[in-house]
Amino acid sequence: MPPITDKPVAPAQVVLTGNPNCGKTTVFNALTGLRAKVGNYPGVTVERKEGRLLGVAREITMLDLPGTYSLSPNSPDEQIARDVLLQRIAKVPAPDLVVIVVDASNLHRNLYFATQVIELGYRTILALNMVDVATQNGKAVNPRLLSELLEVPVIPLVASQGSGIAELRLEIVRFLDAPRPAHPGFFGDLPPVYLREIASLAELLGGQAAPGAPFNRHAEALLLLGDSRPVKSLVLAQPAPIQDQARAARRRLEEAGLDWGTKPIEARYACIAALCDAVITEMADVRETLSDRLDRVLTHKIWGVLIFLGLMTLMFNSIFILAKLPMEALDAGVNWLGQQVGRMVPPGDLHSLLEQGVFAGVGAVVVFLPQICILFLFIGLLEDTGYMSRAAFIMDRFMSKVGLQGKCFIPLLSSYACAIPGIMATRTIENFRDRLATILIAPLMSCSARLPVYTLLIAACIPDRQLAGWIPLQSLTMLGLYLLGTGAALLVAWLFKSTFLKGPPPLLIMELPPYKRPTLQGVLLHMWQRARMFLHSAGTLILCLNIVLWFLATYPHSAEREQHFAQLRQAVGSGVAPAGVGQAALAARVEREIAELNAQEAAERLQTSFAGRMGRFIEPVLAPLGFDWKIGIGIIASFAAREVFVSTMSTVYSVGNADPSASNRSLVQTLREQIRPDGGRLYTPASGLSLMVFYVFALQCASTVAIVRRETNSWKWPVFQWCYLAVVAWIMAFATYRLLLYLGF
Amino acid sequence: MPSRYLPLAAIPPGHRAVVCEIRCPPEDHTRLMELGLVAGTVVEVIRFAPLGDPVEIRLRGSTLSLRRHEAGLIWVAPQ
Repeated sequence: MPPITDKPVAPAQVVLTGNPNCGKTTVFNALTGLRAKVGNYPGVTVERKEGRLLGVAREITMLDLPGTYSLSPNSPDEQIARDVLLQRIAKVPAPDLVVIVVDASNLHRNLYFATQVIELGYRTILALNMVDVATQNGKAVNPRLLSELLEVPVIPLVASQGSGIAELRLEIVRFLDAPRPAHPGFFGDLPPVYLREIASLAELLGGQAAPGAPFNRHAEALLLLGDSRPVKSLVLAQPAPIQDQARAARRRLEEAGLDWGTKPIEARYACIAALCDAVITEMADVRETLSDRLDRVLTHKIWGVLIFLGLMTLMFNSIFILAKLPMEALDAGVNWLGQQVGRMVPPGDLHSLLEQGVFAGVGAVVVFLPQICILFLFIGLLEDTGYMSRAAFIMDRFMSKVGLQGKCFIPLLSSYACAIPGIMATRTIENFRDRLATILIAPLMSCSARLPVYTLLIAACIPDRQLAGWIPLQSLTMLGLYLLGTGAALLVAWLFKSTFLKGPPPLLIMELPPYKRPTLQGVLLHMWQRARMFLHSAGTLILCLNIVLWFLATYPHSAEREQHFAQLRQAVGSGVAPAGVGQAALAARVEREIAELNAQEAAERLQTSFAGRMGRFIEPVLAPLGFDWKIGIGIIASFAAREVFVSTMSTVYSVGNADPSASNRSLVQTLREQIRPDGGRLYTPASGLSLMVFYVFALQCASTVAIVRRETNSWKWPVFQWCYLAVVAWIMAFATYRLLLYLGF
Repeated sequence: MPSRYLPLAAIPPGHRAVVCEIRCPPEDHTRLMELGLVAGTVVEVIRFAPLGDPVEIRLRGSTLSLRRHEAGLIWVAPQ
């Protein structure tokens, strides 16, 4: 077939592809700088990363495909890569040039996918990355010979150090103007009968497409013949005549005694083995690489586990401790900003909407940022160094007991700090059922937002005594709540994986890449991309929900009440000083009384608002759990975010909020003083524990709902999650309350 | 020529073997083969995980981890 000379029309589309762990992302970042655009492919949760090639006059778009082991996909990520390369996605333009990144220290396996892609017939450049690692392992790869044998340009790189990037950039620009390569043959010897079947299938495929084949139909035919998976099937996507032909071809090959599934793979690897023998020279006999020595310790039966536990504890504590200051700073900053804006607006509904609805809402979103950033900083480091796969390796057995896998461990651990980044981190789990199970149980890992609620209720309801003389009951309660959440999570995972999420155990082959020194730029960039994604998608929903809650808590107004309180305030202001009280003391007393009046008014406003009415409305449902309608208001408000419970209860009981720590103590006092209609205390150990158990289970976090919606691409799962957790929360709280009542608490 | 075939899971750490065949449904063995476990490949068993599962193997210059169950489906001839 004569080469087709066609000048590509600007902007040119260059696709970057390769195995996972070959440094593809580093190459992409080096070529496109920090301005990559991250989105989604239509209809799936696979990330679409695009950026403009820097340092060239021409407009060239680089598309970074997900890491792929083969054009026969094993996951949605790999399916997208295949579909882009076979031009099956409408919104993605056809590639003008393909850059395949391969790991020079792992050439055998990397060439499997590389040769598949070269066979597609695009203009192709092979980026031979990690040449330094190959040298460390005592191997030298001959790029010129490799280029000759593969018939494509080969550019050696050490992307992490930036060397070779300039040459790659130049080659991309030069090659875009070159003619398309001639129809490449296959890498590997296939028997003639096989080649005949491919040729006739290719004719059928070529006939269906537009004239001037965009890529090599023979390569597509080869993929079709060998494609044995019913799901993500290339065969089933074809029109009926082609499906029939493919099936008939397989039958004929079987009759000829050929295994149509394994033959192409064996042939390809035989060719690759010969190729590698020619291009790789052993410079030194390296018995044990640095990676091997590290692994002897890091996956050691005893040391490996201890180091792993130590690292996890460090990560966990960092998320709690390091995030605290930035969170408080951000909170204060947003509040200050809200106040500044508030000064410019006269008091009234708009003022209240801005300060308590909008800015409180923005604050609720922004407050997650430090935890998300720290967690993704850690995860980025763990992934880029290669330790992440060792973590999954160590934990796999434990996780598989409940039907999950090793990769589920870190997302679940992170959920102890906050489920949002934990759920976002489940993207590394390729198996959809395992990923969904992890997402559905993540909120059961008691997140840090529950701490203020636990602290308040434990102080108010659990006596400050010691069990058996030395174990403080209060600490025991806290520990018990965490264990309850964890135990429930594992039980629910096991339940889901045994019922509706049941499926054949996926093939859990994982690569353990050699350890690498991470680049600071790469890690920070990754962290920033995740943070931006969160701000954009969760931010909008959380802000809306906060405004709705503000509305429910503020309206309806009562002109009567406002007038009444205005009169009371005036009476206080114009009071005459009793004998013996000086001016300053009088002023202080007036201020205090006005603050008390304000708190009282706020309480009455909340109690007569829509939220208050909703509290009364659901009281019959809450009564069996030991709660009353005021607690109901707190629970309703918490559906935006759990920690809102504390501030809401302060308002409900009209506790002044001048000094936060003082008001907390006085809130505890106030709770202890609450009496039921029948005369008994409202906040007893029974009702307190029941409420805490309710908080262990209930999904009270609008942000979580938003993120689950985004990560599962539908409303079905977040709604299901919310419902099942609500039901379990009610049942467990009921059981706790009744059991404790029976036991006499 | 070695005469006994064993599942890969039975090869102790530090020893090598040559892949002979993979006994499992076609959908599963495709990925195993594409990662390099074709007949004739030399595989080295490195270690088992601290909790006993999965197993770390090396072949063709790359390191993979397989669950015992999967390693049991790969029949090899010890070297």
